[in-house]
Amino acid sequence: MGRYLIRRVLTMIPTLFVISFLIFIVIELPPGDFLSNQILLLQASGEQASIAKVEFLRHEFALDRPFLERYLIWIGAWPGANGFDGLLEGNMGWSFEYQKPVLEIVGPTLPLTILLNFVTIVFVYVVSFPIGIYSATRQYSWGDYGFTLLGYLGLAIPNFLMALILLYAMNRWFGISIGGMMAPEYLDAPASMAKAGSIAAHLIVPTIVIGTAGTAGMIRRLRANLLDELHRQYVTTARAKGLSEGRLLMKYPLRMALNPFVSDIGSLIPSLVSGSVIVSVVMSLPTVGPVLLGALQSQDQYLAGFILLFVALLTLVGMLVSDIALAILDPRIRLGSGAAR
Amino acid sequence: MTNAPDKTGLPPGHFVDAAPFDPFVAEALTPEQERYYQAGQWQIIWWRFRRHKVAVWSGVLLLLFYLCVPFAEFIAPYPREWRDNDLLFAPPQAIHLFHEGQFLGPFVYPQVASVDLEHLQWVYTSDTSRPQKLRFLCLGEKSYQFWGLVPGRFHLVCPPEDGAFNPLGTDRLGRDVLTGLVYGARLSLTVGLIGVAISITLGMLFGGIAGYFGGFADATLQRTTEILKSLPELPLWMALSAALPVTWSPVAIYFGITIILGLLDWPGLARSVRSKLLALREEDYARAARLMGASPGRIIGRHLLPGFTSHIIASATLSIPSMILGETALSFLGLGLQRPAVSWGVMLNEAQNITVVTIYPWLMAPVIPVILVVLAFNFLGDGLRDAADPYR
Repeated sequence: MGRYLIRRVLTMIPTLFVISFLIFIVIELPPGDFLSNQILLLQASGEQASIAKVEFLRHEFALDRPFLERYLIWIGAWPGANGFDGLLEGNMGWSFEYQKPVLEIVGPTLPLTILLNFVTIVFVYVVSFPIGIYSATRQYSWGDYGFTLLGYLGLAIPNFLMALILLYAMNRWFGISIGGMMAPEYLDAPASMAKAGSIAAHLIVPTIVIGTAGTAGMIRRLRANLLDELHRQYVTTARAKGLSEGRLLMKYPLRMALNPFVSDIGSLIPSLVSGSVIVSVVMSLPTVGPVLLGALQSQDQYLAGFILLFVALLTLVGMLVSDIALAILDPRIRLGSGAAR
Repeated sequence: MTNAPDKTGLPPGHFVDAAPFDPFVAEALTPEQERYYQAGQWQIIWWRFRRHKVAVWSGVLLLLFYLCVPFAEFIAPYPREWRDNDLLFAPPQAIHLFHEGQFLGPFVYPQVASVDLEHLQWVYTSDTSRPQKLRFLCLGEKSYQFWGLVPGRFHLVCPPEDGAFNPLGTDRLGRDVLTGLVYGARLSLTVGLIGVAISITLGMLFGGIAGYFGGFADATLQRTTEILKSLPELPLWMALSAALPVTWSPVAIYFGITIILGLLDWPGLARSVRSKLLALREEDYARAARLMGASPGRIIGRHLLPGFTSHIIASATLSIPSMILGETALSFLGLGLQRPAVSWGVMLNEAQNITVVTIYPWLMAPVIPVILVVLAFNFLGDGLRDAADPYR
């Protein structure tokens, strides 16, 4: 188990490098950069003194170097204007728009981003698990059809629209304030149970909205896997030996069907993170989503780059967790290919 | 039984029935079976697909929607640039048939605007004394350029003379929402198709190379797809479409968006192509072709491709809805298409805040076609996938 874990974590390192390179290409794609655009603007208004300052900044952030060098400086594998000072050294970059270090802007939003995604994953699993089992054991019942229909609708309704409608409904019938992470009166209040309750109440809508599409997919897959297993002969044998239905289900087919259910986290997390970005924008939740949108619009490249890298890291860590869970669940993976012999 | 020699001339003791005998009688096929066994692969796929009623009806619905793509100018009641400054934020108009108990045919009551200064919003009342009959197969007031080439004025439905016809209301500039929907279909519906075409091309190319040659090419593809699939799609789409220069024309932006959507979709397809190819290239007929000296390109294209074309079509159909939703989300966020281009997402861009939901709910109308189209593509794709492997 230990060796498996170490190998699994080590493979993440080259992946992260490739991803960071891809992201750097993406954020460098727009023609020009934030500072050169600003220089053009200043030239138009004839402010020579400020141009010198921006030129200095361009040199400071190595924007005048060739592409590959800029990438290496960004990740901190090449000496920039201040020596080695990049992601690897813990400097997450500088936001040109806010005139602050990136970490200062994104820092407060990171815990909430992680919390929101974590709660959504828990929601998806908690909801889809019983429904998936129900749908498989009562195949073609009204409940099965109903959940299938709900699932299809969940896939088809765009996230942002569902967020708007649910927000409206929650405000109308439950009096929960619109947008934000907590009721306005708690914004500057010290931590308390009431504040935590307010946060929890505000998490309900985004969790449901982000989780619905994933839940629908999970239900379908668990149902299909379980149905495959339920037609196996060992199920008939167990039934013939007089095992009760509940015990029979828990002991054999469910354990087999659980593997793909857990490993699916890998395809689930990227879509959840995608969903959380757009839903946060619509509901003005203080996660990285709205910051990313603003950074992309104003071409604040290092801010956007860091956020993209962060969401990619979030999915990678999620996959790592799912692989570990799978290894605990399934000895074939834990022991490696040697056990097959 | 007698020992008398019979007519067959066989030695005595052998009885042979004189009735004509067909050694294959046990295996005789009913006409249906014969038809089935002689039918080609695509014929059988079609027969199986036809059994999936929901999928067939979804296909019909999609065909109807796609009629808007070539014929938007005829179907929309107004030309694309039409604005009515007297009808800002006008609510949907009901279509009536009976006026004061008398049958008139389809008509609308004109809406009269007044300003509610207390809430600062337009209030519309229907003037029920003046029914205005709708015109069908008629000439509109202003001309349009059909496909941007041919000028014309013909519409399926026209607003009444000196009246307005806004069955789905108007937006903040007095643009008819229904007209927007019809023209928006042109972009929203084709984004998925072009994106999928790009994704199929890339997926088959890379999947084909990896699956046929294996080894290093395969390992490279596997790692690449793993990485691409682990990246959240929407943030990347957002970053890429934010990178499109603002100076580009709407057409260029449109193609840029479709390419972006297609660029991130191919890994899934490449994987299924690869695994299918890995299985098929071990088949006897593939080996026979190789022994006869066929080139890899010919083996893949001529012998292996027909074996999984149907699978590719099915999985491509299933990835169209995510592209349509992707375009809608991007335009909704203001990163995708922009006015004057009209797509469903662009129209929803104006329905971003909660005020719209409460005061002008009809501005959210574009989600209805989005939901219908996405659902229909999902059902159609499910039906195609079930039918794709007819010999199973």
